[in-house]
Amino acid sequence: MNTAAQTFVNVGERTNVTGSARFRRLIVSGDYATAVEVARQQVRNGAQIIDVNMDEGMLDGVNAMQTFLNLIAAEPDIARVPIMIDSSKWEVIEAGLKCVQGKAVVNSISLKEGEDQFQKQARTCLSYGAAVIVMAFDEAGQADTARRKIEICQRAFKILTEKVGFPAEDIIFDPNIFAVATGIQEHNNYAVDFIEAARVIRRTCPGSHVSGGLSNVSFSFRGNETVRRAMHSVFLYHAIPAGMDMGIVNAGQLDIYDEIEPKLRELVEDVILNRNENATEALVDYAEQFRGQKRKSAKEDLSWRSLPVEKRLEYALVNGITEFIVEDTEEARAAADRPLHVIEGPLMDGMNVVGDLFGSGKMFLPQVVKSARVMKAAVAYLDPFMQAEKEELGTVDVSNGKVIMATVKGDVHDIGKNIVGVVLACNGYEIFDMGVMVPCEAILAEARKENADIIGLSGLITPSLDEMVYVAREMQRSGMKQPLLIGGATTSPAHTAVKIDPVRSNGPAIHVRDASRAIGVVSSLLSDEERPLFVDTVKARYQRMRDHRAGGPPRPRHPIEVARQHAHKLKAPTPEAPSFTGTKVFENIDLKELAKYIDWTPYFITWNLSGRYPRILKDKVVGKAARDLWRDTQAMMQQVLDQEWFKPKAVVGFWGASRDGDDIRLDTGDTFFTLRQQVIKNNQRANFALSDFVAEMDDHVGAFAVTSGQQAEEIAEAFEAEADDYSAIMVKSLADRFAEAMAEYMHERVRKELWGYASNENFDNESLIKEAYTGIRPAPGYPCQPDHTEKETIFRLLEAGRIGMSLTSSYAMRPAASVSGLYLAHPESAYFVVGRIDRDQVRDYARRKEMNLRTAERWLGPILNYDPVDDENGSS
Amino acid sequence: MTDRKARIDQLYSAARERVLLLDGSWGVMFQRMELEEEDYRDSRFSKEKYPVDMKGNHDILCLTKPKCVAELHDAYFAAGADISETNTFSATTIVQADYDLDRQSVIDINLEGARLARASADQWTKKEPQKPRFAAGSIGPLNKMLSMSSDVNAPGAREVTFDQVYQTYREQIKALNQGGVHLYLIETVTDTLNCKAAVKAIIDLEAEGLDKLPIWISGTITDRSGRTLSGQTVEAFWYSVRHAKPFAVGFNCALGADLMRQHIAAVSRVADTLVGAYPNAGLPNEMGEYDQSPQELASHVGKWAQDGIVNFLGGCCGTTPDHVREISKAVEGLPPRNPVPGKDTLRLAGLEPFELGS
Repeated sequence: MNTAAQTFVNVGERTNVTGSARFRRLIVSGDYATAVEVARQQVRNGAQIIDVNMDEGMLDGVNAMQTFLNLIAAEPDIARVPIMIDSSKWEVIEAGLKCVQGKAVVNSISLKEGEDQFQKQARTCLSYGAAVIVMAFDEAGQADTARRKIEICQRAFKILTEKVGFPAEDIIFDPNIFAVATGIQEHNNYAVDFIEAARVIRRTCPGSHVSGGLSNVSFSFRGNETVRRAMHSVFLYHAIPAGMDMGIVNAGQLDIYDEIEPKLRELVEDVILNRNENATEALVDYAEQFRGQKRKSAKEDLSWRSLPVEKRLEYALVNGITEFIVEDTEEARAAADRPLHVIEGPLMDGMNVVGDLFGSGKMFLPQVVKSARVMKAAVAYLDPFMQAEKEELGTVDVSNGKVIMATVKGDVHDIGKNIVGVVLACNGYEIFDMGVMVPCEAILAEARKENADIIGLSGLITPSLDEMVYVAREMQRSGMKQPLLIGGATTSPAHTAVKIDPVRSNGPAIHVRDASRAIGVVSSLLSDEERPLFVDTVKARYQRMRDHRAGGPPRPRHPIEVARQHAHKLKAPTPEAPSFTGTKVFENIDLKELAKYIDWTPYFITWNLSGRYPRILKDKVVGKAARDLWRDTQAMMQQVLDQEWFKPKAVVGFWGASRDGDDIRLDTGDTFFTLRQQVIKNNQRANFALSDFVAEMDDHVGAFAVTSGQQAEEIAEAFEAEADDYSAIMVKSLADRFAEAMAEYMHERVRKELWGYASNENFDNESLIKEAYTGIRPAPGYPCQPDHTEKETIFRLLEAGRIGMSLTSSYAMRPAASVSGLYLAHPESAYFVVGRIDRDQVRDYARRKEMNLRTAERWLGPILNYDPVDDENGSS
Repeated sequence: MTDRKARIDQLYSAARERVLLLDGSWGVMFQRMELEEEDYRDSRFSKEKYPVDMKGNHDILCLTKPKCVAELHDAYFAAGADISETNTFSATTIVQADYDLDRQSVIDINLEGARLARASADQWTKKEPQKPRFAAGSIGPLNKMLSMSSDVNAPGAREVTFDQVYQTYREQIKALNQGGVHLYLIETVTDTLNCKAAVKAIIDLEAEGLDKLPIWISGTITDRSGRTLSGQTVEAFWYSVRHAKPFAVGFNCALGADLMRQHIAAVSRVADTLVGAYPNAGLPNEMGEYDQSPQELASHVGKWAQDGIVNFLGGCCGTTPDHVREISKAVEGLPPRNPVPGKDTLRLAGLEPFELGS
């Protein structure tokens, strides 16, 4: 139903002398200038094609058609949409075809005058490059029953595709919408006939389309607008899902299906669907009370004005009424703490109702366009208040980040984008809104020029999806790493996951469902702390969605109980006890000694130079850059060592411990929680958890936290103040290296001396880098234990605050150049990757940690083997 | 003439195997010959019978200086071009009215222009059978447009009717076909409706029995707006001419390679047929001359071939056999673009594209 609602094409009908008395008057009197305005209004109101008809006895149809088409060709905001050339006279149609540079639709040709004429006209359409509407009309007359409609359309389809070579997708059938409830019994089934025919035609004439003139159906209720509007909406509600994907519709003559007075709706439904013999009579009787209500009932009936203001705003949005929007918005603003809250609250809520109704086929595109207009008016009213607030708060020039926003090329829908823009701007982001129909190259150029942090794309129509993929691909091609946000009615997490995310290996592409999510997404992306987890989680979620689409559910996993049976069983004896239990602080470590432990390869990677050190210095491609960097680095290293820029510190602790299932229990009463692999392995290897490397009794476990100290950040700031970013980055990178070196150095001391289980080992730095030693030091947030929150326990037990270390709310370590983790000494202990885990383990883990399931899922987002969001929407 | 069909089959198969080369500019080459008024004339086109100045009417050289024209075809084929265009860019009665040329003379220019190109192509094919050469009938734009008003104060006014445009193209097309070209190249399309008139002429002539030839349609994106002169976007242009079932579609002229790339990329994404591009040698300098070097142009368009977005490459204003030679080096061994698969959606167009899924 969702798709059906979205692929209904709305053909503007006001530029039709047979349908609009006003347009006829204008044309007959030669007032073409005003007639052109009618066309402009149509397009502005959301017509995706405009139907032009000059069939009027008083007119020279050929001349009127050519004059009018030549005039609107000069109006870019009209000429942007395709033209439907509508006439019952062939010479008028051909005259029209000679005036349109685009690809037009001919309305219509038929078998009325026999197959030869039909073929001839079809060939002519083909030679001008036009699509055609084919009326269900043959030599015997116009088709009324479903059977005749189907028969004629199928015959026409066969002739067109097989004899004329007409492309199937360029054939649009009009199986005739006739008036129902006329009092003539044979007419009662006309709507059903159309709907049935549409269903069969779309199925048996593959590629073709079905259109119809909607207003005919309610012809017998002329003068009773209320009933006519209800009939139109009910008709579309049933015809669109059946396959009617185009129609000549007056948006002003439609009701919201859900808002039709229930009794009326039922009676109309009886008539449209011909559900009982007395349907017409019942409707006629009931309709009497609405007679003469010429204006829209929604406007007439002002009872909604007595609703609370939130409900009034919703009503205005759903019904597209701008009349009271300013006073209602003002009332809501006066009651709200901040003007922004009106947008984020009642206005967004109202638009969500619109979105839901549209999604379920109960509102139609022309109506949504009207809703958007109301929303725009409300936001425009609030805008000055928000500006004033900013000035008051002095946040005018403060930017939390730059966001480029654009509706992609080929699309003109911008309401959703505008709302997101306003909401973000109110939260201190600098918005560069490039408008609608923005080509990819312009978006990327603007992003480069402004050095944007994020690019947001919006679109409502299906082809925009391809355009978004193209933008993503071009970003990838030109090495732009900014996050790409995707939003708009036809976009979906699934499309982003399957089509957009995979073409962007160099940055995230994230679907944003609505404006209310935009803030959260943007702030996470622009936070150095939150970004990695957020991006990994989204990427993982998209990977799962791709896997899911690629066939069957995500990769099969062992149930956690089975995985536990495959736990690693220790064979070698438990190592000896450490030299102490409890914690010890280590300071005043010689930087020169530490420097020997530095692994330089990651240092070059930080600078985007890949290759192993020292070979990288001789690399053909990056060697020169690497050598230059190395020379500068050596110079800074000299200062680091001579002037003791860094003050590395460490705290190490050991405790008596034992394994309890997947957990490590300490004698202190604390627990290190661990996660177990659930992957189904082809070999005999175990499903590891870190707890497997601890004996079930009388064993020990250690933990460490090391840092280069906060000096690096202070020095970097000083460099930045002098605008020397190069040195600032260098000193931070060196601090990182020293932190890693410190971890390596302490681990060696632990093995040889502090725990002392490997007092004889003798490795050079190369072997250390290759982790040739016994025992491991897994860090939370890494593949052995992806859960960052475990750092909390480590920090608490070690009292890491003593050496100036702390955790942020996202469990990032401060200072940044720090490392923490566990020490496991058993000779069989080894690094592994937990990989994807299933819901059963996550539930169990959350229970053990006494953590809320949703919180656990958030922290474990990147390794979930299921989609918590999907399941939220499902039966659970 | 009998082997034309076989040669066209070779064109289809060659296009599947490699990026094919079109020739370069004719205007700049004629300029280098420094022709004077009398060079454009002969006894048939004497000053007495045709008093309007003929200098600059390059197309008439097909009749008055056939050797010069043949030399240029040879020069481009020698430089590695697979396809050379007839010297008939402006050989329509509507454009030639500026020189007061009569209908028969215009038809003769097309006939003779086609013969010259064809003869040169056949000779080169004979000499190098492994690299067959082709003659493309150049069908240029008119100085009068069907979609644009000729009068600022009357937006509905037109200097010419569809039927007149249709007729003028019909005569050109028929003569080019009879003169022996292997394909049509409707080029430098500034107004899609003019182009559609030419397409209709081809479709109608084929229905009347004229030999069917491949069609290459090449539009012109005028400036940075990314639109044709008549206001269409790249996709809208393609949707509007798709019914010609063209052998190739693409763009030429107005822009240098750097500015043209995005439009070629755009059409390459949507066209379920081959894509051709022949940019100018950069943008004109302050003297109105095109001075982009062959190497520079080749490095741009060579990249397009590497990116797999083109099947045909050549040069427009300011390009020479040297440019073609450099492009030929740049694309050697590169595979041609694979056309995107066809779609079964209803695609219409105004100035902008419209698409409805089925």
